[in-house]
Amino acid sequence: MSAQFLQFLFSGITVGAIYALVGVGFSVIYNSSNVINFAQGEFVMIGGMATVFLSAAGVPLPLAIILAVLAAVIIGYLVEKLAIEPAKGSSVVNLIIITIGVSIFLRGLAQVVFDRNFHSLKAFSGTEPIQIAGASITTQSLWVIGGLVIATLVLGWFFNRTLTGKAMLATSYNKDAAKLVGINTGRILQLSFMIAAFLGAVSGILIAPIALTYANVGVMLGLKGFCAAMVGGLGNPMAAIAGGLLVGVAEALTAGYLSSAYKDAVAFIIILLVLFFMPSGLFGRKEVDKV
Amino acid sequence: MLLEIKSLSASYGSIKALFDVNIEVAEGELVTLVGANGAGKTTIMKVISGIQRASGGSVEFAGKNITRLAAEKRVRLGISQVPEGRQLFTPMSVHDNLCLGAFTRNDANTKCDLDEIYEQFPILFERKDQPAGTLSGGEQQMVAIGRALMARPKLLLLDEPSMGLSPLLVDQTFATIKKLAKQGTTIFLVEQNAYMALSIADRGYVLEGGHTTISGTGDELMSDERVKNAYLGV
Ligand SMILES: Nc1ncnc2c1ncn2[C@@H]1O[C@H](COP(=O)(O)OP(=O)(O)OP(=O)(O)O)[C@@H](O)[C@H]1O
Ligand SMILES: [Mg+2]
Repeated sequence: MSAQFLQFLFSGITVGAIYALVGVGFSVIYNSSNVINFAQGEFVMIGGMATVFLSAAGVPLPLAIILAVLAAVIIGYLVEKLAIEPAKGSSVVNLIIITIGVSIFLRGLAQVVFDRNFHSLKAFSGTEPIQIAGASITTQSLWVIGGLVIATLVLGWFFNRTLTGKAMLATSYNKDAAKLVGINTGRILQLSFMIAAFLGAVSGILIAPIALTYANVGVMLGLKGFCAAMVGGLGNPMAAIAGGLLVGVAEALTAGYLSSAYKDAVAFIIILLVLFFMPSGLFGRKEVDKV
Repeated sequence: MLLEIKSLSASYGSIKALFDVNIEVAEGELVTLVGANGAGKTTIMKVISGIQRASGGSVEFAGKNITRLAAEKRVRLGISQVPEGRQLFTPMSVHDNLCLGAFTRNDANTKCDLDEIYEQFPILFERKDQPAGTLSGGEQQMVAIGRALMARPKLLLLDEPSMGLSPLLVDQTFATIKKLAKQGTTIFLVEQNAYMALSIADRGYVLEGGHTTISGTGDELMSDERVKNAYLGV
């Protein structure tokens, strides 16, 4: 493996890990409501911006991170409570349009609460890169990848081992049946928004030292996360992780070997290909219904 | 009365599915509701469990008016429904399906004691790690019943448990229902298979065009000319 290829791979995995975390958020909300939450990218923005501003105000970084994530989770809860829940019973399309409105609102709000400028966060543990087989990887990339690994393990444990996680899956498989065993599916939807906001904020914070963060940073990251979820197969949170890594690596290889001008197109080309050949995504839910 | 339905009506948009439905189920009884295709049997079940809203009348459970109560809260009061078509969480294991049935129990987090269920349905023990959707129709029905029982219900609602099953499995399912009733579970059973249902029931109601018409003990209904002509094919 050439050092150059490895270099591209590292950067692809790093950015792919971010797409993956954002994509899981899409999947989790989709699972509980069939809604594509187009405000998902704004959770990323809130995480990054709040951390930047808190640490600029002198709050120690670890505390700033905790507060920023907390703020995002509370906003995720409020979005569900104030924008989605009152529209309960409307069509999925209407709900999706509401999330687009929420996205625009949050971006506007961020420009007022924060500002309209670009910001960078200090790398968590210095800027000295690590050399591996001729390629170099920044310590911040390791933070990002580590973040994804931990999130994957925790989510796997949550969905497979905890009653709440199983209730969440059950709701996605059959909402009425979930109600019939006593699951409060409204609560499940609230929880899914909070989990999505949590994952979005964490990814926004992890990427802030690598890419600049600003009030509209969530637009593109949100779209890429959506690609990740679609490519993996909507409704399967774990597949979004694979989808995110795939999109990230494909982007990095395209940027490296072809031209970075094509970079953003890659994700969308992958989506089109996947949807064309495998309409339910690479790891789409296989229906195991037998009557 | 454990369950008391008074002049209940329900509609889907502008379509009136139920009107003036009156049903009573006492504790320990096995009561059945028979009726033709599209008579509104499933709608009644859904209104009792709270999946479908009532547009008029009332549903009382153990003396409490639950007409407007959310479905998940009714489970906590002791109403468990085995829905039409089973409605399992098909990609999840049999074990998980059954354990989710205990969701409302306070010990659900710490304990999922399936011994009783596996004793009742030994085949499910062999299948416990399989996705529920890969089971045969009869086995899926057992999972659906087992899942409902895991909530330790005071009232078990069964919506066409024999649907889509082979004659042998139909007999088995009815034997299970009879056994559950003997063990003291109060059961409200909806069936198109009127003969089988009436022959195991203490009492029965006939639903016609969204309206309860005739009622009586199982034997009375089975010897009623109108019921014979319309539902028993004799
Ligand atoms: N979701 C729905 N939307 C509109 N109409 C419905 C809906 N569900 C049922 N109906 C109508 O309400 C009436 C009663 O239906 P219901 O399913 O309660 O009947 P049923 O007695 O359970 O029939 P079956 O024996 O086929 O199960 C029928 O005319 C049916 O077409
Ligand atoms: Mg029915």
